[in-house]
Amino acid sequence: MPVVYESEPQSDCDRIVEPAYCGPVVTSAPTKRTPATRSTVALKYSMAVSGLIMIGYLLLHMYGNLKVFAGQEAFDEYAHHLRTFGEPMLPYEGLLWIVRVVLLAAILVHIYAVVVLTIRNRRAAGYAGGKRYHSKQNRTGIQRSYASFTLRWGGVVILAFIVYHLLHLTAQVVTPGGASDSPYDRVVNGFEIWYVTVGYTVAMLAVGLHLWHGIWSALTSLGGNRSATRIDSRLTGIAVVVTLVIVIGFLLPPWAIFLGLEA
Amino acid sequence: MKITVNIWRQKDADAKGSMVTYPLESVDEHMSFLEMLDVLNEKLTIDGEDPVAFDSDCREGICGTCGVVINGIPHGPEVTTTCQLHMRTFKDGDTIDIEPWRAGAFPVVKDLVVDRGSFDRIIQAGGYISAPTGAAVEANNIPVPKADADHAFEAATCIGCGACVAACPNGSAMLFTASKITHLGLLPQGQPERDSRVLGMVEQHDAEGFGGCTNIGECTAACPKGIPLDVISRLNRDLLGALSRQAVGS
Repeated sequence: MPVVYESEPQSDCDRIVEPAYCGPVVTSAPTKRTPATRSTVALKYSMAVSGLIMIGYLLLHMYGNLKVFAGQEAFDEYAHHLRTFGEPMLPYEGLLWIVRVVLLAAILVHIYAVVVLTIRNRRAAGYAGGKRYHSKQNRTGIQRSYASFTLRWGGVVILAFIVYHLLHLTAQVVTPGGASDSPYDRVVNGFEIWYVTVGYTVAMLAVGLHLWHGIWSALTSLGGNRSATRIDSRLTGIAVVVTLVIVIGFLLPPWAIFLGLEA
Repeated sequence: MKITVNIWRQKDADAKGSMVTYPLESVDEHMSFLEMLDVLNEKLTIDGEDPVAFDSDCREGICGTCGVVINGIPHGPEVTTTCQLHMRTFKDGDTIDIEPWRAGAFPVVKDLVVDRGSFDRIIQAGGYISAPTGAAVEANNIPVPKADADHAFEAATCIGCGACVAACPNGSAMLFTASKITHLGLLPQGQPERDSRVLGMVEQHDAEGFGGCTNIGECTAACPKGIPLDVISRLNRDLLGALSRQAVGS
């Protein structure tokens, strides 16, 4: 331990005759750290994983929908089999409830992460006088995609659609075209009406925009990108392909029904 | 050439700023952007007005001191620093909007000058290697693959100007933080502190109030040094690795 004598200069203030600035250096930002497990990056991990779980579900859901082309018997049998899947190891509707719980958890995690990050990001952007930049030039940035602008509100649209969708085809609270015990009939009754088909189309386009940026973003958040720009990345290609598969796959049954082309 | 500049004027950190318009005549197309501001400031000084405060140092694009948002884009329309932008980029009669970097973690000090101390504190939280002092060791003692050396160098060209934060709609400093993670993480000398570096720097990044990355790539597009976007994915991988090693306690 070095011995410090009281007569020794204790700071620049004692040492220099006329210091330009005396006292502690005050920096502008508070630096109380929270653990990296609760960082913005960790929130992005949870956002990515929950999103990818939902995309996995969408692909399975889309596969099931396409069964409509195999006819009423095959479609209704598929729907029934989902309830008996895994019996007797699982109870009746066991798999369905597992999927429902996992999806609900994924949605809640996804929404929690987006709310926390959005509030944080808005503060971090440093608005002055209600705007970030007052310049009216280049309002849409340098290269960002339209899809990236629609992520947050597009997500709200999708959530509203999911609620309607469950009320329509699962709970049968809203029954355009008439209710039925046959899932096939429910689907056909609904999509024979033009506004139902148009509504579902709009919702699917919202999903498409969400996935266009979302899939790329999720894979990048998990550390997958190895390209210098977003456009060059292989992940952008993956995102576009998966998005197109999901959007087209989901739109085929309603439009086939609307145009009277189903089996 | 004749131009009009709209400049953010703010007396001090606590003052409420606003855009102020100044007409400028006889601007030479060979002037750098900062020289144009110098000319404006000479005029303001002669007129007894407060000159526009802005940061600059080397004026050759290597120090990272200068930087303003020009027409909504950090460092303006060319991929370079503000000091290396020339008035020939603009046309006679143009109106140019000049604003400071906007970020919660970059408070405005005056006019176009912001406090970027938050960047220093992120570096202090792990953006270095601990090396014993003494004579320099033989450079070829530790072989480094050429591709790694090149990519590390690419990341090391970050001058810490802050354009990435100013361009990011979320005010995130991920590109800055990740360029240092990549620079040191790719080299053998950076390995011993690789986990503590990413943990410390990400924690400090958040503590400074920077936002989260949404992977839109505006940072890379605005970066005068062209830091590639994949550095952010590398940071994400490093943090994932560090957190899982921390969780299993190794």
